[in-house]
Amino acid sequence: MSHPSLHQLGVAELAAKLAAREISSTDITRHLLARAQAHEDLGAYLALNEEAALAQAQAADARLAAGERSPLLGVPLAHKDIFVTRDLPTTAGSRMLEGYRSPFDATVVAKLAQAGMVNLGKLNCDEFAMGSGNDNSAYAPAHNPWDRSRIPGGSSGGSAAAVAARLVPAATGTDTGGSIRQPASLTGITGIKPTYGRCSRYGMVAFASSLDQAGPMARSALDCALLLSAMAGPDLDRDSTSLDHPAEDYASELIAETSRKSSADGQESLKNLRIGLPKEFFGDGCAPGVQAAVRAALAEFEKLGATLVDISLPRTELSIPVYYIIAPAEASSNLSRFDGVKFGHRAAQYTDLADMYKKSRAEGFGPEVQKRIMIGTYVLSHGYYDAYYLKAQQIRRLIAQDFQQAFTQCDVIAGPVSPTVAWKIGEKSDDPVANYLADIYTLSTSLAGLPGMSIPAGFGEHGMPVGLQLIGNYFKEAQLLGVAHQFQLATDWHTRAPQEFSA
Amino acid sequence: MSLTPQDITRIANLARLELDAPHAERMLQQLNGFFDIVEQMNAVDTTGVEPLAHPTAVMERVALRLRDDVASEPNQREANQQSAPAVERGLFLVPKVIE
Repeated sequence: MSHPSLHQLGVAELAAKLAAREISSTDITRHLLARAQAHEDLGAYLALNEEAALAQAQAADARLAAGERSPLLGVPLAHKDIFVTRDLPTTAGSRMLEGYRSPFDATVVAKLAQAGMVNLGKLNCDEFAMGSGNDNSAYAPAHNPWDRSRIPGGSSGGSAAAVAARLVPAATGTDTGGSIRQPASLTGITGIKPTYGRCSRYGMVAFASSLDQAGPMARSALDCALLLSAMAGPDLDRDSTSLDHPAEDYASELIAETSRKSSADGQESLKNLRIGLPKEFFGDGCAPGVQAAVRAALAEFEKLGATLVDISLPRTELSIPVYYIIAPAEASSNLSRFDGVKFGHRAAQYTDLADMYKKSRAEGFGPEVQKRIMIGTYVLSHGYYDAYYLKAQQIRRLIAQDFQQAFTQCDVIAGPVSPTVAWKIGEKSDDPVANYLADIYTLSTSLAGLPGMSIPAGFGEHGMPVGLQLIGNYFKEAQLLGVAHQFQLATDWHTRAPQEFSA
Repeated sequence: MSLTPQDITRIANLARLELDAPHAERMLQQLNGFFDIVEQMNAVDTTGVEPLAHPTAVMERVALRLRDDVASEPNQREANQQSAPAVERGLFLVPKVIE
């Protein structure tokens, strides 16, 4: 059965059609599976499971036929290949986990399945989520649907490419230092990283445990709100850092706002909102096209009644060394579990146990992962711990305090996500430090554990998408999504599709 | 501060990574390039600042939870071993450790 425009519909629109029984979950699932195969060369997917997806779709159709209604029932999605799944292989983008099958589903996967979503497959990412361009995937690079010669961002690059190319209405991502916000920005979609600890880390292949956080990526703030409502919430028995705060409904208020807006057009819907602009985010390091798009978006917020306030986050530059000490330190510890014994790659030839460890790990891990393991091992080693790891954690507290200081002057913080638009595949791989510097606007939010999001704000250099970053205080996801939703009611940047995928 | 080739050998051993000479040389350059940008941390006075491990501890008290020490998971030996490189009679196989 052919529905030429089904893939253009977002989560909320599909859910409405499913609830009205205008389409079936099986139809849309079949359609999107075929579309994923037709665009295999985009490199977005690492695995599909047609049989399991159709079984879930049929189950959703049966629930719908029986009269059950819930906001995500029967809507397809796909998961970043960092979430373990029983029905599909999990690789974390690494040769180390080639052929690995998890005995259980990650909490986020299980919760979205319980909400009735249909899992189409697993999406490409940088190896163990380490990278900003998806070019560190051991399997294949993912391509940016706006220009295939460019990266889609990373590490959730497959998720971003799939959503932007209309292969799937929504996807999960994970964000350790910007891995949801940056690819969302570079592909013109919407993504939110909630407060650290808001979504369970159980079943997320661990990179840096004090930073890793799951979140949704979709085409609008409303669609993200629908997913996040089902993803977030306490998981106290399985994740020791899961926050003990009840789940929230992020979507109802946005839906109410939509109808209020249509009845009272031209209202100053963000009248009492103070938006802080950190001067460190608007310096010379940011490309002119990116600055222009961000400034234009901010002018739009002023039209909606918001007030722009100049603020300072004085330790923004320090977030780079602090993050690249803390994250590799935690990664070197987390990745020590890959020893070629219980799961993962084992070298074919070795002399003894130590040699087996060393050869298996050298063969299984790619260059960027090996580099971060080396950095992490060094900064945690005897005699260097205080100078690097402890020092970084101390500065981390100062960075978090800077945000609390800033939030006395404003309600949300706004700025660019990435200093440039998406770059050409291969352009930066020889200069690893340049890659790290490009994370400057996203790292501090991660270190502080604050929620942050990226929403499409227009286009910059080479006609490539630019995202606006919105950062909120702890647990202010609802506020962030509300602000983003008002912007999306007033603008249409989030509805733009890459030419090749717009039909 | 600059790392030496001996440092790389020592760290690689701690990290249980086999690095051949060209890889070790490349690693040395990359790590030294990286630690150049780390130097700016030294200029920050952190006297008396408590290290921050759990980010939301800035806002609220974060207590480490303990659960009761009871077996709550079903036996999943086969599912847990399905991705192991070498298994025999329900046991993981490793190279001989003690002669």
